[in-house]
Amino acid sequence: MSRLFRAVGARAVVRRSVRDERRPEHSRTRAVPGARRIRRTSALGTAVIATVALLALTPGTAAAATVPGATPTPTPTSADIRTSDQRIDVRGGPGVPGTVSLDTTLYLPATTPAPAVLVAHGFGGSKRSVDTDARQLADRGYVVLTWSSRGFGASGGQIALDSPDHEVADAEQLVDWLAQRPEVKQDGPGDPRVGVTGGSYGGALSLLLAGYDRRIDALAPVITWNDLSQALFPNAGGPTDLPEDTPARGTFGGDGVFKRGWAGVFFSSGSSSTGPGAGATGDDAGSSGSTNGTGSTNGTGTSGSSTTGSTDGSGAGGSGDAASGGSGSGGSTGSGSADTSTTGGTDPGASRSGSGSADTSTTGDGTASGTASGNSTTGGTDDLASALGARTGGGLPASAVPPNAPPVTCGRFAAEVCAAYTEAATTGRLSPATEALLRRSSPVSVTDRITAPTLIVQGEQDTLFGLDQADANARQIAAHGTPVKLAWYAGGHDGGAPGQAVRDQIGEWFDFHLRGTGEDPGASFSYEVESGIRAGRTTTTSRTVGADAYPGLSGAAPVTTQALSLEGGPQVVANPAGGNPAAITSLPGLGGALGSLGSRLSAFTADLPGQSALFTGPALTSQTDVAGAPRIDVTVSRMPGQPAAEEAVLFAKTYEVGRDGLRQLLGNAVAPVRVAVPADGSPARVSITLPGVVAPIEVGNRLVVSISTTDQGFASPAEPAVWRIGLAEGATLDVPVVPGRAVTTSTVPVWPLVGIGVVLLLSLVAWLVAGALRRRREVPPAGAADAPPLEINGLAKTYKGGFSAVKEVSFTVRPGMVLGLLGPNGAGKTTVLRMLMGLISPTAGSIRAFGEPVGPGAPVLARIGAFVEGPGFLPHLSGADNLRLYWAATGRPTEEAHLEEALEIAGLGESVHRRVGTYSQGMRQRLAIAQAMLGLPELLVLDEPTNGLDPPQIHAMRELLRRYAEGGRTVLVSSHLLAEVEQTCTHVVVMHHGRVVADGTVDDIIAGGGAASFGVDAPDRAVEVLAALEGVRDVAADGRLVHAELNGTPRASAVQALVAAGISVESAGPRRRLEDAFLQLVGEDTAP
Amino acid sequence: MTKQPKEHESRADWLHRDARYADPSTRKGHVGLLAADGSPASSYRANRTLPLRVELVRQLRRRRTQVTFALVALLPVILWIAFSLTGDDSPGTSVNLVDLAKGSGTNFAVFALFATAGFLLVVVVALFFGDTVASEASWSSLRYLLAAPVPRARLLRQKAIVAGLLSFAALLLLPVTALIVGTLAYGTGDLVSPTGESLGYWAAAGRALLGGVYVAVNLLWVAGLALLLSVSTDAPLGAVGGAVMTSIVSQILDQITALEDLRNYLPTHYANAWSDLLASRIDWGDMTRGAFGSITWAAVLFALAAWRFHRKDITS
Repeated sequence: MSRLFRAVGARAVVRRSVRDERRPEHSRTRAVPGARRIRRTSALGTAVIATVALLALTPGTAAAATVPGATPTPTPTSADIRTSDQRIDVRGGPGVPGTVSLDTTLYLPATTPAPAVLVAHGFGGSKRSVDTDARQLADRGYVVLTWSSRGFGASGGQIALDSPDHEVADAEQLVDWLAQRPEVKQDGPGDPRVGVTGGSYGGALSLLLAGYDRRIDALAPVITWNDLSQALFPNAGGPTDLPEDTPARGTFGGDGVFKRGWAGVFFSSGSSSTGPGAGATGDDAGSSGSTNGTGSTNGTGTSGSSTTGSTDGSGAGGSGDAASGGSGSGGSTGSGSADTSTTGGTDPGASRSGSGSADTSTTGDGTASGTASGNSTTGGTDDLASALGARTGGGLPASAVPPNAPPVTCGRFAAEVCAAYTEAATTGRLSPATEALLRRSSPVSVTDRITAPTLIVQGEQDTLFGLDQADANARQIAAHGTPVKLAWYAGGHDGGAPGQAVRDQIGEWFDFHLRGTGEDPGASFSYEVESGIRAGRTTTTSRTVGADAYPGLSGAAPVTTQALSLEGGPQVVANPAGGNPAAITSLPGLGGALGSLGSRLSAFTADLPGQSALFTGPALTSQTDVAGAPRIDVTVSRMPGQPAAEEAVLFAKTYEVGRDGLRQLLGNAVAPVRVAVPADGSPARVSITLPGVVAPIEVGNRLVVSISTTDQGFASPAEPAVWRIGLAEGATLDVPVVPGRAVTTSTVPVWPLVGIGVVLLLSLVAWLVAGALRRRREVPPAGAADAPPLEINGLAKTYKGGFSAVKEVSFTVRPGMVLGLLGPNGAGKTTVLRMLMGLISPTAGSIRAFGEPVGPGAPVLARIGAFVEGPGFLPHLSGADNLRLYWAATGRPTEEAHLEEALEIAGLGESVHRRVGTYSQGMRQRLAIAQAMLGLPELLVLDEPTNGLDPPQIHAMRELLRRYAEGGRTVLVSSHLLAEVEQTCTHVVVMHHGRVVADGTVDDIIAGGGAASFGVDAPDRAVEVLAALEGVRDVAADGRLVHAELNGTPRASAVQALVAAGISVESAGPRRRLEDAFLQLVGEDTAP
Repeated sequence: MTKQPKEHESRADWLHRDARYADPSTRKGHVGLLAADGSPASSYRANRTLPLRVELVRQLRRRRTQVTFALVALLPVILWIAFSLTGDDSPGTSVNLVDLAKGSGTNFAVFALFATAGFLLVVVVALFFGDTVASEASWSSLRYLLAAPVPRARLLRQKAIVAGLLSFAALLLLPVTALIVGTLAYGTGDLVSPTGESLGYWAAAGRALLGGVYVAVNLLWVAGLALLLSVSTDAPLGAVGGAVMTSIVSQILDQITALEDLRNYLPTHYANAWSDLLASRIDWGDMTRGAFGSITWAAVLFALAAWRFHRKDITS
C-alpha cells in the first residue's frame, strides 16, 4: 500500500518516531520538493529557503535514482499473485474526441473469482505508485485493478481533475471491464462486487465514482478533499456561529483566500508528469512535490531522457516541470513555466526540456509582476531556489515551442483546468467559473448519492486537505444513512503515509463489506495522538484513541467542547505592503522530514513582529487532547487614519505554549479568514474555525490563538492595511475534545499469555521430574556399619579427547589407616581424588565410601573432608569468615564444625581476620587443611598437603595426620614424595601411569617380609654369618651392604650375630624396596 | 610408629603461635575427644545446604556487588547533576526526552529507566548471573562447595535465586532512587509520557516501578544466558561479556527492518515495551509478547545451564 499514499511525502519522520514495525514505509518514502516552491521571501525567508533547498538537494537526487526503479515492498507479498498489464481504451468524453488509452494492471489473487478493488493513484503518480498497495490487497484475496489516470504515467489524455465526464467516467468503464472478467465475483449481470480506494486525488476519485456508479460496494478514500474550491480557497471565518456537532466542522465560508503554496505544488506535479516512456513515477499531490521529484529531481535526472522518451505516440508529453508550478504559483503562471510541453505530444522534440531552469529563464520578467501576491521578490527566489535545486535542464530554445501549441505552462492539464488555475494564480481570487469547475471535481457534488459503506481516512498533518474536508465528507455521506467510519492518523500531506495499522483497517473494511468476512468494523472513530516529543527510534510517541462513533454523526452525541477563557485586549496588526515579509508556517509538499523542519522553522517565523494579535488561554489544569477544530470569535475593525482595504485577510492559528515558553504551532496549520470590515470603523464580528488538529496539551501549558496578517502559503493582499483585532464579547476558545479509550491492538494477546503459561508449566514439570529422578537416584543403599571408609573398584577415567588419566584402579582404605597415595606427577592421583569428591564422573568402575556410592553431590561426601588441588577461598573474606561460611554452606549445625580447633590447626593467629587475598601460599594451604578438617570428618583426603610448608610445619602436619587417624578416623594423603609417605603413612598405594603398581602397608612394602640391609666392614664374612642363621635366606652382598631376607628373625638378633662374629656393623635397617621400586618407576619418566 | 606426644607438641608449636591456642594438651585432648564423637555427619541434609542467607552474605560482601548497587543508586544523582549543568535549551526547538525528564520526578524516573534499560541494566543482570558459578570456579572454591557436598542442581538454583534477587533489587533500586532524586529535584508534577499523555504522580510512580518489573522480566533471558555461560567457562568476564555482547548483537539485528517479522523472535525486540505502561490505558500486548519471548528464552537457557552443569566435569 505504500505507494497508494505517496501523496504524502513521507520521509522518515524525525518528529514522530513511531515504533517502526507499525509503519515501515516511513523509512522509505521520499520526495523532495523542489526548492522553488517557496517563492516569497524576506531576508529571513531567503536564508531559510536556501537552507531548505540545500537540504532538499541530497534526498532529492537520491529519490531520482531510487524512486522510479525499485519498488520497495514493505511487507512480503506472496509470489502467487499474477499480474497482467493491458491498455484499456475508454471514451474520450466531452471535448475529447475518440478514445483515450489507459495503462492498467490487473492483479489476480491465488483464488478466483474474488471481489475486486480499484486502487487509484495520487496526483502526479501512476499505476506504478500503487503497486505495493495493490499487491497487499491481492494478498488479502482481492482482484485488484490499478491504472494510470488520464494525463499521468503511460496513459493518454489530459488531466481533467477527476472530472465526472472524464476520470470518473473512465473508472466507470473500468468497472464495466471488471464486470466482464471471470476472475471477478459478480453481484449481477454487469455488476461486479467491487470496492475502490485511493489517496488524495485517488481518494476523491473513489468518492466521486461511488457517487456516480452505484455498483461500487465499499470505498475507502484517504486524505482527500470534500470541496476542492474550499480546500484551495479556504475561508474559516463566518458571521455566525456554526452548529456544534462534529469535531472538525469547517466554516467553508465562500470567497476564500487562495492557498497558493499548495495549489502551485499541486498544479506543478500535474504539469510535470512525465510523458509515457519516461517512466517517472510520480506521486501524488502531496508528495508530489516530492516524488515527482519533482521539480528538482526530475529536472536533473530525467531531462535528458525525457526529451527522447516523449516520442511515445500516446503522447502526453508531459512536460516538465515542477518548477513551473513553483513559479506558477508565484503568480506568474504564465511565465513561470518555461516548461514546455507539448501537450499533445505531437512534437516529441519539443517535449520537455529541463524544467527547472527553463523556468527561471523564461519566467524572468513579466512573471513576477503578474503575481497576484504582488510579491516582487518572487523571481529572485525562484532563481535562487532553482539554482540551489541544481536543476540542470536548460531552458527551451524558443524555436522549440511551435506557434500554435497550447501554453507550455499547461503541461498535461486539460485546457479548462489550466485556464482556471492560471486565473486563480494570477488574481488570487475564486471566480464563479473556477468554483463551478472545482465543485464538479469535488465529492461534495455527489456525497448525497453515496450509498456504499465508506471508510474515510484523513491525516492530522495536512495543510492541503485538512480534517474539515473529511468531516464534511463524513457528515454529508452519513446524512443519508450510509455507514461511515472515520480514522484520523498522524500523517497526511505534510506528514507521512498511513501506517500498517491504517492499511489493515482498510483491508478489514473491504473484508467485511465486500466479502462478508471478519468482524463488523462498525462506524466508530479513531484518531492518533502524537506527542511531538523526540524520542528514541523504538519508543512509541503516538497512541490511537478510539471512540464508539464520530461525534455528531448519524445520531451520535455532538462533540463536547471545553471553553477556555482568553486574555488579551484589542491589538493592532499591520499587513505590510506586498504582503511581505510573510510568516512561514508550513512548507507545502515537503512531506515528512522536511515538513517537520518547517514546523521547527515555524517556531521562529510563524509570527512576525507587528503582524499578529495574540490571545492567551489559561494554563490547563488537566491534560487535554484537542481533537478537532477549536473556534473563537473575534472582532476586526479599522484604525482611524490608517490604510485599510475593504476586507481584511487574516490568518488564525493555535499555539501550545509550554511553561518554559516553548511554543508549538498546532498542526503547523493556519486558518485564513476573509472578512468584510465596515468602513465606518465599527467592528466586524467574525467567528473563526481554527485548523482542525489533534494535539495533546499538557497540564500547565496554555493555548494561544494568534491572528496575523500574512502567511507564506496563501495569497494575502498586497495593499498595506492596519486592523484592530479584539476578542468578541464573551468570547472563549472552544476546544473540541473527543473522549475515547486508547485503542490497543489487542489488550492482552491470548497466545503469548497461553505461551507464558505453557512455558512456566513445562519448566515446573521439568523441575519436578528432575527432582524426583534425583531423589530416586539419591536414595543411598545404607552402607553396612563395618563398610570400609573407601573402596575403589576398577576405577577408570578417560577425558574428552581420549586421554586416559586413570585405568583400573582398585584399592581399599580401612578405618585407622593413614593411606599414602604415592606417584609421580601425572600418575592420576588427583584424578582419583576428584572422582572421590564427586567433581568428575568416572568412565568406569565405582567408588564406595562407608558402603555408599560416591558421585556428584552424594550425601556420603559429608563424611569426607577434602583438600584437593590447592586451596579455594573467597578472596574478599577473611580466613575465619571463609571457614564459617563454608561450614554454613554445608547446612550442618555450627557446633559440629569444631571451628576453634580448625583455626587452631591452621595456626594463623591474628591473620585469620585478614582478607584471604592477602595470605601467603603457606597460610592458604594451612587454612585449606583446616577447612577440610571442619566437622572432623571420618575420612580426610589431603592432596599434597605439605606443599609450600616449612620443614617444621611439615613435621607438625605429619603428627597431626597420624593423630587424626587415631581412634578410627581415616586419612588419605596423596604425595609424589616418597619420604613424605614413608614418614606419615601406615599404608601406601603406588600409582603410575594411571594404574596401581603397588599396594600394602608401609612396613610391608618397606620391609618386605623382613628384608634388611646391614652396613658392614666385611661383607663376605657377614654373608656367611647371616646365611648361617636359621630362616634367613637370599643373602647377598652389595658393596659394603649386605641384604638378607630375615624371614622372622629379628634384626637385632642378626646384628647380634654379626657383632658376635667380630664384624662391625655400621648400620642396620629395612631394605628400601619401596624407594627402589618407586625410583625405578619414576626413573622411566624422569631420568634424563 | 607413633612418636611420643611430648615431641609432637613441641614440634607443633607453629600451629599455635597465638597464645590463646598455646596449650598443647587442649589441642590433643580435643582431637582425641572428637575421635570418639561417632558420626557427626549424620546431621547432613542435602536440602539444607547452601542456604540463601549464606549465599546472599557471600555475594553481598563482594566489592563487585557493592559497587554495582552504589552505581545504580548514584546514577540518578549523576543524571541530575548532568541536567543541572546543561543550560535550558532555547525555546523553539521541539521537546525531547531530556526536556521531559526535567518536568517531574516521575518523568525523571522514566527517563532514567529509558536511559539504562538498553545497556546498563543488561550489564547488571549479566554481571550478577554470569559471575555466579564462574567466579567460584576461578577461585577454586566451587569444588569445595560441591564436595561439602552441595548438590549441583541445588547449588545452581540457590545461586540463581540470589543472583535474581540481587538483579531484581538493582532493577528496582534504579527507579526508586530516580523517583526520590527526581521528586526532590523536579517536584511531584504529572508524568508526561512520550505519547503525550499525562498521569498523576502516584499512578506514574507505580507505573515506573512496574516498568522496572517488566525490565526485570524482559532481562530474564540475559540471566539465563549469563548463567549458561557461567557454568560453561571458568572466566567470569567471559560469561558476563558474552551475555552483554549477545544483547548488543540482538539490538543491532533488531534495527535491520529488512528482517521483518523475524525480529519479533529477538529477545531484545520488546525491550522498550514497558513504555506502554505510561498510558492511562495500558496496552499489554507488546509487554505480554515481550514477557513470553523472554521467559521462553530464559526457560531454555536455564534448562541448558542446569543440564550442562549437572553433567560437567569440574576440573577448575
